Amino acid sequence: MILRTRARSTALGAAVLTLALGACSLSGGSADEGAADDASPSAGATAGGRVVLLTHDSFSLPKKLIAAFEKESGIDLTIRSTGDAGVLTSQLVLAAGDPVADVAYGIDNTFASRALDADVFAPGTPSADGVAAYDLPGDDEHALAPIDTASVCVNVDDAWFAARTITPPTSLDDLTDPRYRDLFVTPGATTSSPGLAFLLTTIAAYGEDGWQDYWRALLDNGTKVVSGWSDAYEVDFTAGGGGGDRPIVLSYDSSPAFTTDGKGGSTTHALLDTCFRQTEYAGVLQGAANPAGAAAVVAWLQSPQVQAALPDSMYVFPVLPDTALPTDWARFAVQPEKPYSVDPADITAQRDTWLREWNDLIGG
Amino acid sequence: MPMRRAHLQLAALAAVPVVVLAVFFVLPVAGMVHRGFVVDGRYDPGAVLEVLGRARVHRVVRFTLWSSAAATLIATLLGLPAAFVLHRLDFPGRRLLRVVVLVPFVLPTVVVGVALRELLGESGPLGGLGLDGTAGAILIGLVFFNVSVVVRTVGAAWEGLDPRPGEAAAALGASPWQVLRTVTLPALRPAIVSAASVVFLFCATAFGIVLTLGGLRYSSVETEIYLLTTQLLDLQAAAALSIVQLLAVVLLLALAARLRQVPDPTQRRVVPRPRPVRRSDLPAMAVTAAVVALVVLPMLTLLRGALRVDGHWSLDHFRALRTTGGDNALAVPVTEAIATSWRIAVDATWMSLTLGVLVAVVVTRRSTGRVERRVRGLLDGFFMLPLGVSAVTLGFGFLITLDRPPLDLRDSPLLVPLAQALVALPIVVRTLVPVLAGIDPRQRQAAASLGAGPLRAWIDVELPVVWRPLLAVAGFAFAVSLGEFGATSFLVRDDRPTLPVVIVRLLGRPGADNYGMALAASVVLAVLTGAVMLAVERLRVPSLGVL
Repeated sequence: MILRTRARSTALGAAVLTLALGACSLSGGSADEGAADDASPSAGATAGGRVVLLTHDSFSLPKKLIAAFEKESGIDLTIRSTGDAGVLTSQLVLAAGDPVADVAYGIDNTFASRALDADVFAPGTPSADGVAAYDLPGDDEHALAPIDTASVCVNVDDAWFAARTITPPTSLDDLTDPRYRDLFVTPGATTSSPGLAFLLTTIAAYGEDGWQDYWRALLDNGTKVVSGWSDAYEVDFTAGGGGGDRPIVLSYDSSPAFTTDGKGGSTTHALLDTCFRQTEYAGVLQGAANPAGAAAVVAWLQSPQVQAALPDSMYVFPVLPDTALPTDWARFAVQPEKPYSVDPADITAQRDTWLREWNDLIGG
Repeated sequence: MPMRRAHLQLAALAAVPVVVLAVFFVLPVAGMVHRGFVVDGRYDPGAVLEVLGRARVHRVVRFTLWSSAAATLIATLLGLPAAFVLHRLDFPGRRLLRVVVLVPFVLPTVVVGVALRELLGESGPLGGLGLDGTAGAILIGLVFFNVSVVVRTVGAAWEGLDPRPGEAAAALGASPWQVLRTVTLPALRPAIVSAASVVFLFCATAFGIVLTLGGLRYSSVETEIYLLTTQLLDLQAAAALSIVQLLAVVLLLALAARLRQVPDPTQRRVVPRPRPVRRSDLPAMAVTAAVVALVVLPMLTLLRGALRVDGHWSLDHFRALRTTGGDNALAVPVTEAIATSWRIAVDATWMSLTLGVLVAVVVTRRSTGRVERRVRGLLDGFFMLPLGVSAVTLGFGFLITLDRPPLDLRDSPLLVPLAQALVALPIVVRTLVPVLAGIDPRQRQAAASLGAGPLRAWIDVELPVVWRPLLAVAGFAFAVSLGEFGATSFLVRDDRPTLPVVIVRLLGRPGADNYGMALAASVVLAVLTGAVMLAVERLRVPSLGVL
């Protein structure tokens, strides 16, 4: 009998617990869903209808900006983000011709030609005036419109070097100089997009047959390879959040804008002779359900409002000329004039070989 | 006739979990593997097989097996004494320690990677060991994550172990060591094997740990699949490795099933009270202290980072959690992400418990024939498969198979909790199966002969035994869901991110404030998880040692 009552009370307890927890849930389905999906087909006849934008997980724009665009255009914009630029590209290629989205944004020049080869994008995407300088080489049908750009450069902690009265390095060659032994940290090419950009920098600088020797020299000189940007910058870099012990790091040309010393200066600077420019593109997808709406979204991404919001939202430079930059950017984020570049078609053709070779160098 | 009815019952119980797993696991994975086999519309298995001959693939597989086996061994050796100390001994603070040991398991790997690197890195407090970027660091990371699985699973079994056989052996003159070796360990074998196989699978599919702590010098099957799928788009090779993974999982599960079998699964109802600490417990206490240190040190590093603002101690990073971060790094404030995570975790918990109970019941019912036993065995293994399959393959599979009619689930608010529930399901099943298997079927038969229906019999016979492990595993599932990142990152909606997603995002943003905020958010995640687990532990108090 005793056993009986206890069994019942425990069962009761479990039931109460389940209810108590359940009361606050079903993933809050009530609050968020609902209205968004019903609106599309009939209401959208005149203006925009529903547009699905596929992008990478670094995508971010002010909510107000998005709401204003939706109101103005009548477009119901659904934003879906998946993984990094590599994941995004793979997903687009796998669904080429039968996409789940109308427009994609965030493919950069290291991945773009793979998508073009797979006919992911519809040709003839219109572009704003003045951005042609950023067009993807080899994109003759203009399937992709440039949206933002950022250069991957070696950064140095000036405060660290000043405190030790050592001259900071200035070039790629310097990084193999024994004076800078054990001071450089970079994210890896196989696991991070800036890491890949740096590998391409070295390929552009030392040639297809010379970069391997350069990397051997880098590694012999104590270069540390870590998995991602945050590992390198935040954990190992002396001026990062975690206070590491390496004063030379691979990061972006915009990074110095985030290390201001509060006295009108920045404690780091980017080596402008070590840069590789990454430009991100948007394009209307081949087979999009709403190509007109998709084109409107591309035009919006190139609009002055979005372009001006890019630095603060995504830490990249606008491509539209004469866009005002935030104060710290204008002062400390200096863009390279002659970044290194590798032909996108070459990247697509050789990526496999280069990454495998690089991987073997690192693992050796 | 009664046999047919039993079969129908079995089929009905199994139907829901089987369908769920078929749609949310088999379909996406099959979709990805299929892409590897079909090249330009032609079925080409030769190319996939050819991949298996590559020297690099051999190296990758070797490293995966080696590191997983080593980490499993270490986690088990450390976890067994800790399970004993934390679940069988009575000393102040043991409940808190149990919770503390569990927390790492649910922290996102990215966070743990950063914490461990700050600890082991060149400039960290343990930098002198020179472990950063070595295989040793990978092992530490894997053990840090998984030792809790051993403590938890084995501890629960140990707690419910009938002490009388051991006492009898001791009365007959057996030394404590002999009792442990000949009575206790054999009785715990199912739980140990369960835990070890789960740990092995977790290690074999570890992704972030291998990359972050190994400094890219080591490639496991999982990291290789990621590289092949997202960077090289070499789906043939990815498919080949996915199949290798699946085969390895099946092999391991078959082996584990064999080792797990207990000769006589009779019910053990006399549960001992935890006893006071004796001098002979010192070695076990020492190992437990080491485990706690291993777990606590990286978490203290996190806490320290979260409390340091410009070289001073401050709560500013925690206050910032109400905001969207420096330069609006996030789409929503961290506090909102916490609420989202909480709601999703509640859903994921009931989903995984419902599915897990159904599976466990189906799997543990005594079979009437050889075929039926086979079927049950297969089902048991079927639900373990998600453990051993690459999150990249699964996540990608989701993207390419569940995004169009008739299965257009991409925007469903239930997709994320369901994916998380599947991640937690194997643990739920593995915890419940040994418990249910320990129930004497004659009890149920007795209940039935007294007129109780199947449900009634279950409530009266099984539930009293199961409910504590059930609650414990509910806490576990909840915690897993709170910390899940791999599958979630593929599926989560941009405007409703979960806490781990937000943390990883903050880590990827420049600015020391965002970094500090990421650490503060990680501390919140750890505390939240700990609080849930503590509540679960608390809930068990009234019945502890009474049943």
